[in-house]
Amino acid sequence: MQTEALTGGFANPPIDSAAGFRAALNAMARPGKIETVSGGTAPAPVSAAAAVLLLTLCDAETPLYLAPGVDSPAMRDWGAFHIGAPLVKAEEAQFALGDWAALSPLERFRIGNAEYPDRSATLIVEMPDLSNNGAILSGPGIETTAQLSLPEVEIFRANRALFPLGLDFYFCAGERLAALPRSTKVEAA
Amino acid sequence: MTEERPGVETDAYNFAYLDEQTKRMIRRAILKGVAIPGYQVPFASREMPMPYGWGTGGVQVTAACLTPEDRLKVIDQGADDTTNAVSIRKFFERTAGVETTEHTTEATVIQTRHRIPETPMTEDQILVYQVPIPEPLRFLEPRETETRKMHGLEEYGLMHVKLYEDIARHGEIATAYAYPVKVEGRYVMDPSPIPKFDNPRLESPALQLFGAGREQRIYAVPPYSKVVSLDFEDHPFDPSKADHPCALCGAENTYLDEVIMDDAGGRMFVCSDTDYCATRQAEGHRGAQSAPFTEAAE
Repeated sequence: MQTEALTGGFANPPIDSAAGFRAALNAMARPGKIETVSGGTAPAPVSAAAAVLLLTLCDAETPLYLAPGVDSPAMRDWGAFHIGAPLVKAEEAQFALGDWAALSPLERFRIGNAEYPDRSATLIVEMPDLSNNGAILSGPGIETTAQLSLPEVEIFRANRALFPLGLDFYFCAGERLAALPRSTKVEAA
Repeated sequence: MTEERPGVETDAYNFAYLDEQTKRMIRRAILKGVAIPGYQVPFASREMPMPYGWGTGGVQVTAACLTPEDRLKVIDQGADDTTNAVSIRKFFERTAGVETTEHTTEATVIQTRHRIPETPMTEDQILVYQVPIPEPLRFLEPRETETRKMHGLEEYGLMHVKLYEDIARHGEIATAYAYPVKVEGRYVMDPSPIPKFDNPRLESPALQLFGAGREQRIYAVPPYSKVVSLDFEDHPFDPSKADHPCALCGAENTYLDEVIMDDAGGRMFVCSDTDYCATRQAEGHRGAQSAPFTEAAE
């Protein structure tokens, strides 16, 4: 258990994080597009994709919320060693990690304010699976429409209605990830 | 661990020059920018080994986006061979060890100063703009606290008044570059000082990122975003261009630079995009003053 915290980081941080970020950027710029990443491993049940996102985007400057289910001593140790992000309550988090049920209710998270809509949380959602079926997405980054297996629809419509405020999401399953920014219109299939 | 390439000092620098914590900070700003199209995200711009005004914002965005597999193109007013473009290209050859190219079609990341390449961009490309003044309302309202409120309240009346005053004075909207646009029906954005001729191509399959180093702002236009140049019903937006074909390649549909040839009024118009012009010439297109013709005349 002691050594588990020390493994699973990037072998070559500048290169691995560059690849991780490009995947995260492509996903955010093209909502619904599923990217594959590798290079990071966090203690179970955290997926490899979520581990890569944490290693790429989080550090001592980003308050992180670990939802029940991923908030284990092993994960806290791993995060302390590899990321150093202060662990905080949901209300103060810039990044949050957990499965969909554990992250609810989403009203807890920061959505930014009118002058600084960027001061909002990014939620990294652990999913059992990820596929291009399900909810229909349209908006910036999507030529016509895209599809993504979102956990539900209504909550993302409400999030879109807050634009330019709102939450941004990454969905992770294994080594695959996709994103849903606040700008995307979501409709039931 | 870094791959060795002859002539590349990758050992002397962290990959792409910036330290990892700085890159994470820039990357977070880029992602929020992409999530809120047209909104200017503040970021902690670093000093770069080049002066402000030479593309430090674009360089930082490019550094945060590059991967070793990328092929980088840098243009300055459309040209690959000007000082700014050459030195930024060399900077990344040296600090990131990435391949560089002058061909738009071969590039995966293109950093640009004040032009959009004539060759249509693709989904696999990222266009990084160097931005001097990111705030479109800055010359109308100097206070950042006020412009931030105006963006928050979507209060863009002042910009329309400015365009209207143009019409009242000059009979047309006289803004020829950095022509303001509205992104996805929400934020008014400065597209950087690109000629308004380029504005229609802001709606692109490529991801477009904007970096302003001195002003410490990053913003983005995701692929296929709606980008509308501000205008009036009775004075619709007009992406004007000089009424000439390119003197070297004969292209009729490109943005042209006017080159003064002598002190007797002699001038020629050539494509501002050097790669596009050279590619057309290599394909056999000729303009009125291209080399073989002038040689034959002498």
